Amino acid sequence: MADFLIDTIGMPAWLAWATTAGVAAFLILNVIAGGALVFIWAERKIAARIQDRLGPTRTGGRFGWLQSLADGIKLLAKEDLMPEGADTLLFRLAPYVSFCASFCAFIALPFAFDVVGQRLNVGVFFVIAVLGLEVFGVILAGYASASKWSLFGAMREAAQVVSYEVPLGMCVVVPVMLAGSMDLVTIGEKQAGWMTNWYLFHDPFTFVIFWVYFTCAVASVNRAPFDLAEAESELVAGFHTEYSGLRWSFFFMAEYGSMFLVSGLAAILFLGGWNGPIPVAELLGWSDGVAGKAPYAVRLLGCGNLLLKASAGVLLMMWIRWTLPRLRIDQVMTTCLKYCTPIAAVMFAGVMLWQLFLPGGLTAAGRPRAAAVREGWLESSSGSPAADNVGSDRIHRAQIAGVAE
Amino acid sequence: MNPLTTCLVGVSPPAAFLAAVDWHGMLFLLFALIACGGAVMVALTDNVVRMALHLVLSLAATAGLFFLAGAEFVGSMQLMIYVGGTLVLLVFGVMLTAQTKLVALRTPAADRVVAGILAAALLAVLVQSAVSIESWRRPGRAETQPPTATPIGMALVGVRVDSPPETAESRPRSGYLLPFEIVSVHLLVVLVGAAYLARAKRRKTPRPIDILASADPPPPPPAASADRPATSILVGSDT
Repeated sequence: MADFLIDTIGMPAWLAWATTAGVAAFLILNVIAGGALVFIWAERKIAARIQDRLGPTRTGGRFGWLQSLADGIKLLAKEDLMPEGADTLLFRLAPYVSFCASFCAFIALPFAFDVVGQRLNVGVFFVIAVLGLEVFGVILAGYASASKWSLFGAMREAAQVVSYEVPLGMCVVVPVMLAGSMDLVTIGEKQAGWMTNWYLFHDPFTFVIFWVYFTCAVASVNRAPFDLAEAESELVAGFHTEYSGLRWSFFFMAEYGSMFLVSGLAAILFLGGWNGPIPVAELLGWSDGVAGKAPYAVRLLGCGNLLLKASAGVLLMMWIRWTLPRLRIDQVMTTCLKYCTPIAAVMFAGVMLWQLFLPGGLTAAGRPRAAAVREGWLESSSGSPAADNVGSDRIHRAQIAGVAE
Repeated sequence: MNPLTTCLVGVSPPAAFLAAVDWHGMLFLLFALIACGGAVMVALTDNVVRMALHLVLSLAATAGLFFLAGAEFVGSMQLMIYVGGTLVLLVFGVMLTAQTKLVALRTPAADRVVAGILAAALLAVLVQSAVSIESWRRPGRAETQPPTATPIGMALVGVRVDSPPETAESRPRSGYLLPFEIVSVHLLVVLVGAAYLARAKRRKTPRPIDILASADPPPPPPAASADRPATSILVGSDT
């Protein structure tokens, strides 16, 4: 977009880059905030339906769809309290730390081919690394509140998040291995075509590991049944016991942002990303299958696809939340260390062997061969604007070909 | 100076100033200031948790420097390992200072003097060695190929793709497979050792409370206490 502004409109470069960054930040912020509004309403409705109630019905017309806005106004009007023994600076800072971590991870999350805040070569790694930082805000909040309930909640959260990063990382490695790249855009584009190209259906091991990933993702964003950090029945409200008003709502926005983020990551890693189950755009002749040349309408369609998939993931999390009882802390640890980690490890080995002996898989039609996948990173790196030394790239290509043989 | 200045024609003076600024350098200065300021604050703060926070700030700014230099993999590593690792430090800080005894750690004046001398000496050595490198003296941006993590990954499994292909007469370039394996085995040994040290030990002699709770003969140690996970301290209702 910056190139477009410089070349076509003649904007000075600094202004063009600033505009681009501003637009990207604005869009991401609105995805998080707007998404939180919609999802809070959806959560209320789903919870109500599962519990055989109606949920909000009045605010804003038929389905109470303005309920979250009313909640937001109520939160704005609430008194902002701070406990007497609180560590003032940390207490004020904690919600923003949480929210910033959630927000930063969105920078590297692509919504369609090249519709991404900043395309990172190590996108998956960046997202996982930043997602782990959200717990900082929670621990700071728990400590600074000067309340034992908050402290217990924060400690539980720390133990849980640190543990669940292990199986989560193991699950994430599998699509990275299949795609031969840590670039989220490349991983998504490798699954283009029919639904059978999705990594979910690549082989039985990836099918299992997707569910392990989802379990770990639910745990790492602290949703029920893993919401020990805020267990209402035991800890009042856990780490945000002492928070009210807008600061409290920042925690909630961070939580919903993270839910959306891990669901979007699941969609990109396992569910084909922005590629629909049926390659509609290709069948209609709107695009010739080369993602880099697809018109913007097709990319917009891809955006819709990804948002739909990520929202489906969030709705699934809500369904789980209102269906399953909360686990005890030892059960949470057992789930992580005795089930998720070994299953993920075995499935990882299985995918490796499958890739070795059956590289095409059972549904080989339309999927690039193993050699082509291996060369994927070269294509992706030579497609980036900074690739100017074609000579060394060719040498690399020759070397890789030699390795592949 | 940089390509930004080339599109200056017909722009008003403030805009010209904005365009003339070396944004790369400005961002570098910003991150460097945050990193150094955070490091200084770690040394000056009394509260352990705030120290950890400042450490996080400093390390995150260092990650920002890596991202600015285009080393995305190293930057993400910095976030994952150092910033994420400080998380555990923070947890310990919170656990220690939950009692009011240790909330403020006062450093004696003598320690401050010794630490100051040590830090100054280290700084002098580092600055001297940094200045002594010829190519670092003038500012410049190296024209490199797009940084990717793949050459590192390939080199870790023993294939070097980041260098020109070996010719017949040159020595074959080795990857990092052996160091990688040594480090990973080392880490595995450390993990096994940690698990061994932290395992739930079976008591040889019963605790006094067990003797009090039951008539003699003293019962065998309860199996439940041996099987209880180490995290049960977090439940809060424990013992």
